[in-house]
Amino acid sequence: MQTFDLSKDGLRALNSSLHALKGQTNMTAWEVINPKGAHAIAAGVDAPVEITVRGSTGYYCAGMNKQASIFIKGSAGPGVAENMMSGKVVIDGDASQYAGATGRGGLLVIKGNASSRCGISMKGIEIVVHGNIGHMSCFMAQSGAVVVLGDAGEALGDSLYEARLFVRGKVKSLGADCIEKEMRPEHFAMVEDLLRRGEADHKAKPEQFRRYGSARKLYTFNIDNAAAY
Amino acid sequence: MSDFPHTPPKMSWTFSNDVNAEIRRAAATGIYDIRGGGSKRRLPHFDDLLFLGASISRYPLEGYREKCATDVWLGTRFAKNPIHLDIPITIAGMSFGALSGPAKEALGRGASAAGTSTTTGDGGMTEEERGHSKSLVYQYLPSRYGMNPDDLRRADAIEVVVGQGAKPGGGGMPLGQKISDRVATMRNLPKGIDQRSACRHPDWTGPDDLEIKILEIREITNWEKPIYIKIGGARPYYDTALAVKAGADVVVLDGMQGGTAATQDVFIENVGMPILACIPLAVKALQDLGMHRKVQLIVSGGIRTGADVAKAMALGADAVAIGTAALIALGDNDPALEAEYNKLGTTAGAYDDWHEGKDPAGITTQDPELSGRFDPVLGGRRLKNYLKVMTLEAQTIARACGKNHLHNLEPEDLCALTIEGAAMAGVPLAGTNWIPGRNGGF
Repeated sequence: MQTFDLSKDGLRALNSSLHALKGQTNMTAWEVINPKGAHAIAAGVDAPVEITVRGSTGYYCAGMNKQASIFIKGSAGPGVAENMMSGKVVIDGDASQYAGATGRGGLLVIKGNASSRCGISMKGIEIVVHGNIGHMSCFMAQSGAVVVLGDAGEALGDSLYEARLFVRGKVKSLGADCIEKEMRPEHFAMVEDLLRRGEADHKAKPEQFRRYGSARKLYTFNIDNAAAY
Repeated sequence: MSDFPHTPPKMSWTFSNDVNAEIRRAAATGIYDIRGGGSKRRLPHFDDLLFLGASISRYPLEGYREKCATDVWLGTRFAKNPIHLDIPITIAGMSFGALSGPAKEALGRGASAAGTSTTTGDGGMTEEERGHSKSLVYQYLPSRYGMNPDDLRRADAIEVVVGQGAKPGGGGMPLGQKISDRVATMRNLPKGIDQRSACRHPDWTGPDDLEIKILEIREITNWEKPIYIKIGGARPYYDTALAVKAGADVVVLDGMQGGTAATQDVFIENVGMPILACIPLAVKALQDLGMHRKVQLIVSGGIRTGADVAKAMALGADAVAIGTAALIALGDNDPALEAEYNKLGTTAGAYDDWHEGKDPAGITTQDPELSGRFDPVLGGRRLKNYLKVMTLEAQTIARACGKNHLHNLEPEDLCALTIEGAAMAGVPLAGTNWIPGRNGGF
């Protein structure tokens, strides 16, 4: 285990060390102590390593992550795992705005609540939120899947493309072009798989979820839909 | 019929033929007019300025014999690897999607041969442009189409796009007919649907967030790459100051003549300011912060000639960027294709329906047959020639003003032909010492 004291050695040294890990490395387990809400912790990692951050993080922790498994033993600030490419990020606490924004792959697990704009503009990432998600979540979400065990705030999935949204609790309102859709067998299987990988299979069952997706009415401009813009 | 003479038919200035045609088009189609390019209005521009040249008080340099340098360093504030260009004329961001692959390749070829940089656009980085661009600026846009850390790291600089001159405050809208399999795959979207590019970044709001976003990008790229911030010409004083505060190495300022791939005509023509009005305000912001020449300023929007380059630099820019002019150099809107433009209901020089993907020049299209007509080697050579000519023109003017580097041009070398030009550029009206809004003068 490599232990890195962020308050002592600084962000640049941490990320330089993590970026230096290429291909096969024996330094596969890292621990970051004293994060104290610092920004951009473990941003841009591209190696199959495990990084445990012991405390809460600032903006953009695990940004653009590739391959790494990053565990935040606290809460995460805005933009956690933004544009993640692959790997896994697991947050024990809550996540602030824009969690998983534009993520293109990998799995983001938030064991607490996620604030507004969770999964905004997502492009393939999978997100499991044990609690609630805030307003405007999944705005312009392009692809990937979101599973929410709690409630969703206002305007869920506004201007949605092809991302799949599953919510167990109440949805305060749906955004433009987002509608409820039938749960078919493949969707139950998808939710079951995500609950398992998202460490939530003991908390919920697939049949408790509703599916939301795009009505695809805004895909090509039509003046008769102008009120939705 | 009465014998009294009738008043001859009189057209309204307010309801001109152009205006009436647009009213009829809107009534028939129910959709606002979307087009490419920048403002087509007659705007105060560099044409409103003149150089004074040397006289008894200024000593000119000998043309062709005495050196007038043109190089520029970009990104010297924080980046470990600033960019050094031979000429201060860069190629502005234009997306693959808006442009064909061969057109992107030609931009890379021409720019590299002339010793300057090219820029990606709202569609990710293609091999065509990376492979043929010695210096490639990678745009970081609200849509984040194609964004990934590998391309960030193989870029030579990163340009965080906050706005552009054609549409400050707006996003783009390439229509579905141009979204081929390759474009759709790069953007993670279904083929053939309209692309609604967002106008705001998804994971930051305001300058304080932007500062942290830039920190993240620098961390991911090991603090090697210059970070540009591109702003549309809306509030250039404050936006430039905030870009500096957020940590920019370079500010890119785009006036309303700057082109876009596809946006509403009403937006292009009615939002933003001409570049002439923007440059002095941005320079003042840099000077007030003590950052002029430390944070470099690149300006764009209607740059066409070496004279425009020299005037922009005399007003305080470190470099310029060209987009529309580069496309024309490649062969866009060439009268040789007039018959084909006529078939599209337009004429060479006026074609701006770039979003429809039917460009007979093969530049603003994804149609394989049309883009196959375009020769990227020849296009690259034409662009190189054009860039070289612009550079020579700018050098000619700078020598005449007694300057041994384009960066030594200054507002004192200029006067204005119009009151508007004088007020916007902050230089005296020709034949007077009057700068409207600055002093009493005569």
